[in-house]
Amino acid sequence: MIAETGHYALVLALALAILQSVLPVWGARARDATLMGLASPLAVAQFVLVAISFAALTHAYVTSDFSLLNVVENSHSAKPLVYKFSGVWGNHEGSLLLWVLILVLFGALVAVFGRNLPQRLKADVLGVQAMISTAFLLFVLVTSNPFARVAPAPIEGQDLNPLLQDPGLAIHPPLLYLGYVGFSMAFSFAVAALIEGKIDAAWARWVRPWTLTAWGFLTLGIAMGSYWAYYELGWGGFWFWDPVENASLMPWLSGTALLHSAVVMEKREALKVWTILLALLTFALSLLGTFLVRSGVLTSVHAFAVDPARGVAILIILTVFVGGSLTLYALRAPALKQGGVFSPVSREGALVVNNIFLTAATAAVFVGTLYPLALEAATGEKISVGPPFFNSTFGPIMLPLMLIMPFGPLLAWKRGDIGRAARGLVAAFGIAIVATCLVAGFVRGGPTLAPIGIGIGLFAICGAFAEIVERTKLFRAPAADSLARLKGLPTSSWGAAFAHAGMGVTLIGVVAASAWSSEKVVALKPGETVALSGFELTFDGLRERPGPNYASSVAHLTVREGGRVVATVEPARRIYRARRMDLAESGIATFGLSQLYAATAEARTDGATGLRLQYKPLVLLIWLGAVVMAFGATLSLADRRLRVGAPRKAAARPAPALQPAE
Amino acid sequence: MVQRASLLMLRSLGASRGVSKHAAPLRRLYLGAALVVLAAAFDFVPALAVQPGEQLQDPKLEARARALGEELRCMVCQNQSIDDSDAPLAKDLRLLVRERVKTGDSDDEVLAFLTARYGEFVLLRPRLRGETLLLWGLAPAILGIGLVGYLVWAFRRRKERPSAPSLSEAERKRLEALLAAGGEGGAANPPGSRLT
Repeated sequence: MIAETGHYALVLALALAILQSVLPVWGARARDATLMGLASPLAVAQFVLVAISFAALTHAYVTSDFSLLNVVENSHSAKPLVYKFSGVWGNHEGSLLLWVLILVLFGALVAVFGRNLPQRLKADVLGVQAMISTAFLLFVLVTSNPFARVAPAPIEGQDLNPLLQDPGLAIHPPLLYLGYVGFSMAFSFAVAALIEGKIDAAWARWVRPWTLTAWGFLTLGIAMGSYWAYYELGWGGFWFWDPVENASLMPWLSGTALLHSAVVMEKREALKVWTILLALLTFALSLLGTFLVRSGVLTSVHAFAVDPARGVAILIILTVFVGGSLTLYALRAPALKQGGVFSPVSREGALVVNNIFLTAATAAVFVGTLYPLALEAATGEKISVGPPFFNSTFGPIMLPLMLIMPFGPLLAWKRGDIGRAARGLVAAFGIAIVATCLVAGFVRGGPTLAPIGIGIGLFAICGAFAEIVERTKLFRAPAADSLARLKGLPTSSWGAAFAHAGMGVTLIGVVAASAWSSEKVVALKPGETVALSGFELTFDGLRERPGPNYASSVAHLTVREGGRVVATVEPARRIYRARRMDLAESGIATFGLSQLYAATAEARTDGATGLRLQYKPLVLLIWLGAVVMAFGATLSLADRRLRVGAPRKAAARPAPALQPAE
Repeated sequence: MVQRASLLMLRSLGASRGVSKHAAPLRRLYLGAALVVLAAAFDFVPALAVQPGEQLQDPKLEARARALGEELRCMVCQNQSIDDSDAPLAKDLRLLVRERVKTGDSDDEVLAFLTARYGEFVLLRPRLRGETLLLWGLAPAILGIGLVGYLVWAFRRRKERPSAPSLSEAERKRLEALLAAGGEGGAANPPGSRLT
């Protein structure tokens, strides 16, 4: 009965979504306040219904209701409780329901927190948002119903894929979806602006918090996924340029570009047409990601619920929304009035350059991901595009971007002074040069360019805070004066600084872990010792250790440094009973920001165990950088300017003297 | 195309995994091919790909072999290089690469040999040819056109600027006086202007 309630709630939500996508938009055209006023209650009701549906599915998982096909296929009564919860979205149907839940959550948030949005804009935005949810609710109900029953119900389920039985599953997809789906808000705002044919700074001020929220979550989601793959897949790699990873990276890149161009729109009313296009493209890339993951057109280690029929359905949704919005864009964009003029060397100019680089980077990932598919469709020829391609196209675009990144915040709006900006960065540049020399002088091995990578990373970190040093006149004015200025600094300045610094942190992690990681592939018998990067690792033997729904064979390694035991690592192999699938679990010991990483192979006949041992210096910086970036996004969100929302026209220019520069 | 992709996955099911895997998919055949593919999609146990016994004695040659291994695709797997894969084919290729390296082939010769044998599909870094021009060219083209466009615009503006009327001496003095009176961040500043 509970499952049927969930199903019914979903159908009701679809009905409300259809109403919401028609009535408010119509009301906005007819200037009918009653019809426009329907948008908010409908959005909230839609969220409540989808939440009920999601709760019903969760209930079925937690109680192991094996009369539901979805639960049979993806759960097991012996599965630990946490995976019964997270297993809800560890499959196609459930994860799609989570997708929809987050979509309608954003709609409800706009309804609740968007009280001071202009009524017509709000009606249009919620209308467009409902069009998206209509499409996806239809998709769930027609092709991917999670509430389908089986009769007779089997006694036991087939268990969740062992790879997904990991805390990562509880965190990674929700974060990622909050990011992906969050960009739907930017999309809805953009389409609403196009329908209205009007767009101004208030619009950008409204869009930015949503984009920033989505971006922050996506940043964390991608990082979380990367860390999960790192410890779970057993190769010690943190990014595989897998199509599905790329699918999440593309909206991140274009979303980053969107954040920056929206700043220009908000401050200077320039780049309107471009910002709208980016908003449309970013969500289009999110939809493309959804399509790639679920359609099976690309082979990927992530691809799940591969079903051509569903792929076609998502392709139709993708075509309708991307095609429709781009057509609307072509028709209406020329009517948008361009705003303020600016000189090439200015904050706006720097943000334009930023967008050029980010667009090129997005294109590199896009073409690399889809080219094999397109070429095969066109000529039948099969080619592979792998990590070496991305490393040699994406890298050379991102590195210069990181190098010029610190200049942007130091340039003034309208007309900046590049010499002045450069003077502000002298200290950062000096630190970077000294660090590069030190690394080149003292660290042995690795590619010759690696120290420069570290230097660029440090330059990005130090340069990120140069604007704050500059604006508080730190070291130049009396300390008390600087402190007062520091207090008056808008939190969004700190936000930008942290986000930029996070990029540098990640870069350093990537460079160090790639260039100076050392590795040994050995076969050890119990009692044997191997040396790696100053550590001695002794293999103590294999131990059997049963888990709740698997058997595992753990290789126990004692790590010594100079004779003293500093850690143990326990890579393992697990055999999951229900699926009869075995899985390697890596063993990791953390030393500061560096990690010792061990993975096992099957025991060999001669009594030795195959081990792949790696030492990855500073590897944790890769993910720490993402956390710093997300922290920056949070700071920016906390800015007063965004909290108070978009003031009405008359009040839009309060006390100019206090108006913070970005 | 979709079918071929699925087939590839199914092949990898057989190729990369041991016997234990076959029983399970058969049991749940009634759930349809989709599920089998689902299982196949996740069906890889990476463990350690390069096996201890395979490595060359000479660390220099071995390093070269590893670098080459990262450029080569394990054709029965999904987006895995031969260095990352457990599949028997990947092992064969790793041994083959090491054999060629040991006999004195240059990196290019090894790659050419494997391409002749297995086709372009084996290369994870597609060679620059007519068919891959767009692949290699798109991102640099966007970057190039964008930056050139920006520079052209900047250059044009620079040329225009002298024609803009500059302040007369009297105007300049008045401005200075105004600035001095208003002080920093005076009300004369337009909103959003930068204050330092």
